[in-house]
Amino acid sequence: MAANAQTIETVENLAGEYKYGFVTDIESEILPKGLSEDTVRFISAKKGEPQWMLDWRLKAYRAWLRMAEEKGEPAWAKVSYPKIDFQDIHYYSAPKKKNLKSLDEVDPELLATYEKLGIPLKEREILAGVAVDAVFDSVSVATTFKEKLKDLGIIFCSMSEAVREHPDLVQKYLGSVVPITDNFYATLNSAVFSDGSFVYVPPGVRCPMELSTYFRINEAKTGQFERTLIICDKGAYVSYLEGCTAPMRDENQLHAAVVELVCMEDAEIRYATVQNWYPGDKEGRGGIYNFVTKRGACRGARSKISWTQVETGSAITWKYPSVILQGDDSVGEFYSVAVANNAQQADTGTKMIHLGRNTKSTIISKGISAGKAQNTYRGLVRVMPGAAGARNYSQCDSLLIGDRCGGHTVPYIEVKNRSAKVEHEATTSRISDDQLFYCRQRGLSEEDAVSTIVNGFCKEVLQKLPMEFAVEAQKLLGVSLEGSVG
Amino acid sequence: MLEIKNLHAKVDGKEILHGIDLVIKPGEIHAVMGPNGSGKSTLSYVLAGRDGYEVTEGDILLNGQSLLSMEPEERAREGVFLAFQYPVEIPGVANATFLRSAVNAVRKHKGLADMDAMTFLKTAKAKMKQLQMDEKFLQRAVNVGFSGGEKKRNEVFQMLMLEPSLMILDETDSGLDIDALKVVAEGVNALRSPERSALVITHYQRLLDYIVPDVVHVLARGRIIKTGGKDLALELEAKGYADIVADAA
Ligand SMILES: Nc1ncnc2c1ncn2[C@@H]1O[C@H](COP(=O)(O)OP(=O)(O)OP(=O)(O)O)[C@@H](O)[C@H]1O
Ligand SMILES: [Mg+2]
Repeated sequence: MAANAQTIETVENLAGEYKYGFVTDIESEILPKGLSEDTVRFISAKKGEPQWMLDWRLKAYRAWLRMAEEKGEPAWAKVSYPKIDFQDIHYYSAPKKKNLKSLDEVDPELLATYEKLGIPLKEREILAGVAVDAVFDSVSVATTFKEKLKDLGIIFCSMSEAVREHPDLVQKYLGSVVPITDNFYATLNSAVFSDGSFVYVPPGVRCPMELSTYFRINEAKTGQFERTLIICDKGAYVSYLEGCTAPMRDENQLHAAVVELVCMEDAEIRYATVQNWYPGDKEGRGGIYNFVTKRGACRGARSKISWTQVETGSAITWKYPSVILQGDDSVGEFYSVAVANNAQQADTGTKMIHLGRNTKSTIISKGISAGKAQNTYRGLVRVMPGAAGARNYSQCDSLLIGDRCGGHTVPYIEVKNRSAKVEHEATTSRISDDQLFYCRQRGLSEEDAVSTIVNGFCKEVLQKLPMEFAVEAQKLLGVSLEGSVG
Repeated sequence: MLEIKNLHAKVDGKEILHGIDLVIKPGEIHAVMGPNGSGKSTLSYVLAGRDGYEVTEGDILLNGQSLLSMEPEERAREGVFLAFQYPVEIPGVANATFLRSAVNAVRKHKGLADMDAMTFLKTAKAKMKQLQMDEKFLQRAVNVGFSGGEKKRNEVFQMLMLEPSLMILDETDSGLDIDALKVVAEGVNALRSPERSALVITHYQRLLDYIVPDVVHVLARGRIIKTGGKDLALELEAKGYADIVADAA
């Protein structure tokens, strides 16, 4: 119908102007482009790493070389992009000043950058009760609130620091959830990871504040490879927030992170992401390739891991936060909103692997597609023979805006225990002209109407986010769909 | 207040309204009656500016200003309110959230500050009481799972909150039980004022016992074929449309 076409046009013209697309003028130390054993050694030396860490990296690098030779990049996802030249990327970039003891020593330009991003590190430290670790290009620049956390025995620091200060913990857990050779990008990450956040919450401690990391890619032609490791010991609890942005650039940039979560008996980890990497322009020029491996292990009985993600950015998203449910009665949750507008491609979902008895998993996925975007939910629910009484509930809803985009649902279900119960529901809907007109008749602008309807569609997921993050996510949804509704 | 002049309108390339003339003065209530498919809802959509409803001739003036070049939201902010014949469901969006956005969009247009959450809630609850609506409807998703009558009542609730200057009610009485009809009519009457006008589309003269119109029009096949006073409704109720339509043809 005519009205529909008009709506689509309006939406397209609204092609979201990316508000975080500025570049910070700051002196950086950049390693020349290219990847070799020397690159790996350089990064390791730069960070003053012990031999075991270097050996670990080199093992990963050699494994990656074999993978690259044998199979190359994974090709099964529903995304397409030109072959990545892994020699045409900088593997290390850091703002020049280092070894900061407090925020006062941080380059004011850098603080101003985070300010612009809506992350006033200094104020946060004092007011918000959110401890922030900020990763700028490759290095972690500031971890706030460290002292207060230390009193409780909680370790929250950059990965580099953890390697130096807490080698026992790092050695014990690093790669224990995502092994070195897990997949092409994870292996690459293991070889060249630059920094990231490390969290350890000791037995019985409830972390009193949200822990938060902001990732920012600033330099051109720079890959970002963070490594995050969170360990929640028996009966402990932590809620962790991750946000990401990058400047607007014409070329694509690679982001290949690895996040590992380890959850012991009766412990709980909540991990929330609001990802707003630069998505590229309307024609699909530029943008971040977001190839991320996130996995959590519910090791202990009654442990619980929940992933909540709002993904609005990136040119390509390839991401499947997963939970391995080892402990009896452990619980895995995945709540996701993935938006793809214009030429964005998203292939995202989750894996729930049930090993323990009476393990439970819930998957709520909301995919929103507009423009020419392709949005795929790919999820695996696997119930192993020992997982008696396992239960899964999956609900995958797609919302389409316009008729040139695609929403796809690819559920894989493997059940090897007959007492297991697995339910899967999927729906596809469109924003109707009726809904838009109804909203506009009440005085809402077309953009507000779209944003209202989309927020309603995502409600079950947004509700799972901590309050201030939810507000941010709602705004982001509005911005990323500006001009796209009809 | 509202002047409709020789209005012709097309939907999907097909002309549905063939030249409508209608003037509603400030404070007046006009009823529009007519057979199914005669163009009543089409007229209401055209007044509200729905996409796809193309005006091919004529004009619509609200307080002397043409509405034709205005977007639906601009008309709404100027005070045009349409109570839908089929209210639309918006899953996941709380009625309160939705309505507060609407109220504030209109206030902003008038140069007023946003209504804060507390004031909004207080006002909303008072209006709901007036309409004998349960407060739990504030937290329910807009029209989702509402019964037919509840949806209609919700339309009137929104209207009371937005205080429009032109109220268009498209069969708001259909689906209401007798008691609800009275409550809703009282709601509309409460808004009646010398500055406010209304266009009430209905099939039943019963509604007009409660909302007493100044003028009654009969719309058939895209034209107004007869205009009269309140008694015209009674006559239609008794005799049906056949005679009038035949006379006009
Ligand atoms: N999109 C469309 N394409 C073609 N014809 C349409 C379209 N929309 C409406 N019409 C036609 O226009 C005519 C008027 O419809 P309208 O809904 O305005 O009638 P109405 O007077 O409100 O009827 P009712 O009393 O049943 O509500 C009908 O014949 C209808 O089928
Ligand atoms: Mg009708």
